[in-house]
Amino acid sequence: MTNALRSVAKTAAAASVIALTAGTGAAMAQDSLTLGLQLEPPHMDPTSAAAGAIDQVVYANVFEGLTRFGPDGSVNPSLARSWDISEDGLTYTFHLVEGAKFHDGTDFEATDVVFSLDRARAEDSVNAQKSLFAGIESVEALDPATVQVTLSAPDGMFLFKMAWGDAVMVAPESIETITTNPVGTGAFTFGNWVQGDSITLQKNPDYWGEPAMLDSATFKFISDPTAAFAAMMAGDVDVFVAFPAPENLPQFDADPRYNVLIGNTEGETIVAMNNARPPFDNKLVREAVAHAINRQDIIDGAMFGYGTPIGTFFAPHNPDYVDLTEMSAYDPEAAKALLEEAGVELPLSVKMTLPPTSYARRGGEIVAAQLREVGIVAQIENVEWAQWLENTFRNAHDYDLTIISHTEPMDIASLADPDYYTGYDNPAFREVIDQIAVESDPEVRSDLLGQAQTMLAEDYVAGFLFELPLHTVAKTGVEGLWINMPTQATDLTGVYWDN
Amino acid sequence: MSHSQTETGAPTEQGTLAAALRNRNLILGGLLTLVFLGAALISFVWVPYDVTQMAIANKIKPPYAEHLLGTDHYGRDILSMLMVGARTSIAVAVLAVGIGMVIGVPLGLWAAAKRGSLLDEVIMRGNDLVFAFPSLVIAVMITAAFGPSATNAIVAIGIFNIPVFARITRSGALTLWNRDFILAARVAGKGSARISFEHILPNVLNLLIVQGTIQFSLGILAEAGLSYVGLGAQPPTPSWGRMLADSQTFISFAPHMALFPGLAILLTVLGLNLMGDGLRDLFDPKLRRGRT
Repeated sequence: MTNALRSVAKTAAAASVIALTAGTGAAMAQDSLTLGLQLEPPHMDPTSAAAGAIDQVVYANVFEGLTRFGPDGSVNPSLARSWDISEDGLTYTFHLVEGAKFHDGTDFEATDVVFSLDRARAEDSVNAQKSLFAGIESVEALDPATVQVTLSAPDGMFLFKMAWGDAVMVAPESIETITTNPVGTGAFTFGNWVQGDSITLQKNPDYWGEPAMLDSATFKFISDPTAAFAAMMAGDVDVFVAFPAPENLPQFDADPRYNVLIGNTEGETIVAMNNARPPFDNKLVREAVAHAINRQDIIDGAMFGYGTPIGTFFAPHNPDYVDLTEMSAYDPEAAKALLEEAGVELPLSVKMTLPPTSYARRGGEIVAAQLREVGIVAQIENVEWAQWLENTFRNAHDYDLTIISHTEPMDIASLADPDYYTGYDNPAFREVIDQIAVESDPEVRSDLLGQAQTMLAEDYVAGFLFELPLHTVAKTGVEGLWINMPTQATDLTGVYWDN
Repeated sequence: MSHSQTETGAPTEQGTLAAALRNRNLILGGLLTLVFLGAALISFVWVPYDVTQMAIANKIKPPYAEHLLGTDHYGRDILSMLMVGARTSIAVAVLAVGIGMVIGVPLGLWAAAKRGSLLDEVIMRGNDLVFAFPSLVIAVMITAAFGPSATNAIVAIGIFNIPVFARITRSGALTLWNRDFILAARVAGKGSARISFEHILPNVLNLLIVQGTIQFSLGILAEAGLSYVGLGAQPPTPSWGRMLADSQTFISFAPHMALFPGLAILLTVLGLNLMGDGLRDLFDPKLRRGRT
């Protein structure tokens, strides 16, 4: 066991070394930027993986789509400078920007659009969001600068769908090596990737649009909250996007060397309950859990007061949001009564699987304490990210409770799938979602969205906690960063140093 | 110990007590250990606050009258958590040392009884094999494979205690096998198993007690290390290592959250090591005679 002693000592020493060396980073020139991110992408192809960490680096920087999200979540022109939509809403004619080139020098033309979309919607496509392309009937190049997309049914969300990171334009010439050497049309070219450490992007001198103001940008991957804090304090990184330790924000805020940007994400943070198996297949038990949860305590305790309470699976900053938090107000007595009505034996023993994000780990401890008050004993099981994706989310759905933030924009439809990890199977809800997909009248659509939200709240599909905030810590002088995160992205095209 | 005293001509009980009282290491170490054991025992009947009760509104309070060691980031009482955490540490360390002794000591005795044989080789090389592994890494592997829990931490730490006790027992036993009183026992017709347990074991007991104390402190440290990386006892069971890990990002404005669990680990391990040193001095007649 002397080995054990030594190992512990070494771990401790390593931790302090990390803290110390954080101060030795070279001072960056003012035309380059170093950004800290928590998660490193598994590879560089946004069109073949669900990992948001990829988009976090390449979206809008390296790769562009026909349309793109703006900082406020609006859908704006990108590689398609304009478009015409036929009367029946089935045919979209995109007019492409002129002079756009891929980073390898090849021209961006209509054939590349056909290639990209056909590849994404192909039978054997590994695109993580194939539903974005499901409505496409055909894609045709009319001339080098015009593409016509025909849909099988009218889709009010089609332009929105084309703005996703999964729908960016790629070239047949460089597709083979896209995972290690991404070649896009964006304002930054891919520089190099030191696995486990950082990714560097270089300014694209031949960019078709407004050129980037930075010469280079480096993404550094720092997953540990303590190390993130140290790196920021030492000036090792200039910006930390989604800073993982909210308790340190007041300190940065009070320090004139830093700015703290507080915005929102599309992340509905929920206590997911496995609707497909006991005991949470019983609506009464789910309702009891919803009433046993004290949202404000979780927001204060796990997020240090940052986060907007939600009562359904929808972003509160969206105009179509309906505030249903009252339906699942904190009421432990009601929760106990519901458990009695449900006839479950108390204490009810369940498992709570927690991924490594700090909102989940901390929120989970608080939720477990709150559930214990009403007689539900949630055994906490902390798992790694890959393990969570595999066992809880993707395949086996082997969980009772878990905590996760759904950061994709407008993802209420995902709950309609009975095979989704939530296991929520309600034909009426599916019907409403199907109607929303084809409805283009904004008023009717808004009404339908309200209905869908209410259904989720009435069925107590999950314990709805809060909308995940986005905390960005930046050195004073860095301007042009997105305050909100309407999609998984770190758009650097408008970022500059103002000194 | 009666054997060791008669066999080595050690002084009387009274002399032992006097020597113990003169041994500063032993007294200081013993006191620290007592405080630690006392806190754990008291926690069974009384703690200032329920450790599973969160009071978010009262979070991160520095020490004050109602919470003598302050509160953590969920508003829980740190003193109460340390007391209950001591229980976790002791349980893991005692059981891990227990595994090591129950399996390691008989193995060591057996190897010594059959010294030089193939069996001796097999046992001792097997021990070397376990010993050669970086124990904490294997402990991490075991807990990763079977899920993090206090039980798996006990097993993981316990396995690596086996070779320690097997070796120390064997080396202690080997020197005894050539002694006259063992020869006498053999002449009296006792088998080697009986001799091992009746004559050898009592005479290596002091070695084992000293080593046990050291291993106990290492067990506490290993448990703290495992729960620091999230592989020990799972929340809401309080554990010193996890308290330390949780407090990291608060250290700049709430140092008490890290200070107290850190001190608890430090003082307990220090106490046990001092006590181990003191006991060794006490049991080793040569050292003691030199001093008196």
